[in-house]
Amino acid sequence: MTSFRLSSLRTFAAALVATALAFTALSPAHAEAKKDFKVGWSIYVGWMPWGYAMDHGIVKKWADKYDINIELVQFNDYIEGINQFTAGAYDGVMATNMDALAIPSAGGVDSTILVIGDYSDGNDAIILKGKDKLEDIKGQKVNLVELSVSHYVLARALENIGMSEKDVTVVNTSDADMIAAYATPDVTAMVTWNPMVAEILKEKDAYNVYDSKKLPGEIQDSLVVNTQTMKDNPAFAKAMTGIWYETMALMSGGDAAAEAAKAAMGEASGTDLAGYEEQLAATKMFYTPEGYIGFTEGNLAELTQFVSKFLFDHGLLGQDATSPDYIGIELADGTVVGNADNVLLRYTTEYAKMAAEGKL
Amino acid sequence: MRRLINRQPDVVVRFGLMLIPFIAVVIAYMIASEARLSANPNDKLLPGWSTIAAAIERMAFLPDQRTGSYLLLQDTISSLTRLGIGVAVATLIGGIFGVLQGLIPYFRATFSAFTGVLSMIPPLAVLPILFIVFGLGELAKVVLVAVGIAPFIIRDLALRTEEIPHEEIIKAQTLGASTWQIILRIVVPQMLPRLIDGVRLSLGAAWLFLIAAEAIASDSGLGYRIFLMRRYLAMDVILPYVAWITLLAFTLDFALRLFQRIAFRWMYRGN
Repeated sequence: MTSFRLSSLRTFAAALVATALAFTALSPAHAEAKKDFKVGWSIYVGWMPWGYAMDHGIVKKWADKYDINIELVQFNDYIEGINQFTAGAYDGVMATNMDALAIPSAGGVDSTILVIGDYSDGNDAIILKGKDKLEDIKGQKVNLVELSVSHYVLARALENIGMSEKDVTVVNTSDADMIAAYATPDVTAMVTWNPMVAEILKEKDAYNVYDSKKLPGEIQDSLVVNTQTMKDNPAFAKAMTGIWYETMALMSGGDAAAEAAKAAMGEASGTDLAGYEEQLAATKMFYTPEGYIGFTEGNLAELTQFVSKFLFDHGLLGQDATSPDYIGIELADGTVVGNADNVLLRYTTEYAKMAAEGKL
Repeated sequence: MRRLINRQPDVVVRFGLMLIPFIAVVIAYMIASEARLSANPNDKLLPGWSTIAAAIERMAFLPDQRTGSYLLLQDTISSLTRLGIGVAVATLIGGIFGVLQGLIPYFRATFSAFTGVLSMIPPLAVLPILFIVFGLGELAKVVLVAVGIAPFIIRDLALRTEEIPHEEIIKAQTLGASTWQIILRIVVPQMLPRLIDGVRLSLGAAWLFLIAAEAIASDSGLGYRIFLMRRYLAMDVILPYVAWITLLAFTLDFALRLFQRIAFRWMYRGN
């Protein structure tokens, strides 16, 4: 009896240690100079160049130049990529400014926007079935991915016409099912993004009543990296910046190589060159470092405040947040919007400037 | 014989052994959580107890600021209603089709292959079809639960019906029972407790389908909340919700077993 009890206790102790070890694997990555970097990306018109760069040796070329290894990993689930970044498993991720603020920054992970690749200029749209004015949305059920950029677009649109979210009923709907959902009779209003928008607008009773053209610069699609990792490893930041602008120069060249690159990107995102060009038309790309630097010198402070306010109103800045200014955002010139003692999101143009001056 | 298979732990040891794996998981969580929180006090992946407690208070005991309702209560009611209706419909269909398929050769010849094929279709793979037929509202969620588990219940009950000793059926016939009387007096009374077994076994799958349905299009429910919170990695809300779902599922299973014991005492006679 005693021996059995002891041996089983020993077995359980071993199991306990094993479980503890498994959990320790979850401990955050400690920042230091290192050689291997992992960056997550997902299918979106503005991020397809990253996939192209990975497949066509541009990533390897720059990584070799700085003697590091960079792996770009495609996530089928956009949010899962950001969650992995927040948990510390990834060094960088492609995300919108809004999600960067709501997930890693609100989760205490100091994050830096290294490069803004583009902003949505029509890619996100409110679609009504059989009605052609935004005002008609009043009282309707609106299908969208709750707490996403779509939700933000809806909130901003309602605000602009003097309504609020109380005037509609939001129904959380998976982005993968938007097109099927639109086909059902009880769905009459929807907010979503491309390529779903383009597909849905092919229906003859679908009207685009509001889109992100009216919110220029508010929805930025960026490369977000861990601030500490970036500081400890300038080579990583330089290589990523180099990869991006080389790919941008290639695809904006207007020659046969540019066409081929864009066709490959279109194909990788499930469409073709024409479909991809159509999506690019609704996207304001920053093809040059100067484009991005110029954008950060504009009204970025004002734009970030719209986003902070939305996140605060929906409780996404954390339970301790007492105002939209709870998390400080450092702009490229060093000024801080919001709480200077709690800066967790930063814009930097340091590396874009190096790219502009050809110093990478 | 002093062999391992013959040694029985006494009541106290048995209780202690039962607790050990649970305690091990809790301790492992605490160690890992502590390690992450010391590196980043705002860590969302493995929140500390106080953060979890605050989240429970917020979700369960304080009215939501925007809607004024108690979110956990509201989510639980929505989910249990959907689950209850879905499982009830599946049980009814399963009971009727299972008995008929198990007992009546012509019925079996017609439907046996069909339900067999039907049960192999992964319901989540035909979601777009369910949406187009049943819409995106409450009906579609209930249908997904019912469609998800009914084929299993039918097949299980048909097999149990076939297991009724043929002698019983013959004897009833020699006493002059019609098909209808055999169904009502011999088959159904024996099959009701088996039906409860079938439902108990399919409850896990029912929860899975319910949560999948709520993740896809919904404005309330336990699965809806988990998938919404997942968008910003609010593990402090997700972990208590998972614990709550587990507790609800365990309670449902226990209640069904208890009901079976009370309502069908004859089954337990002799042991």
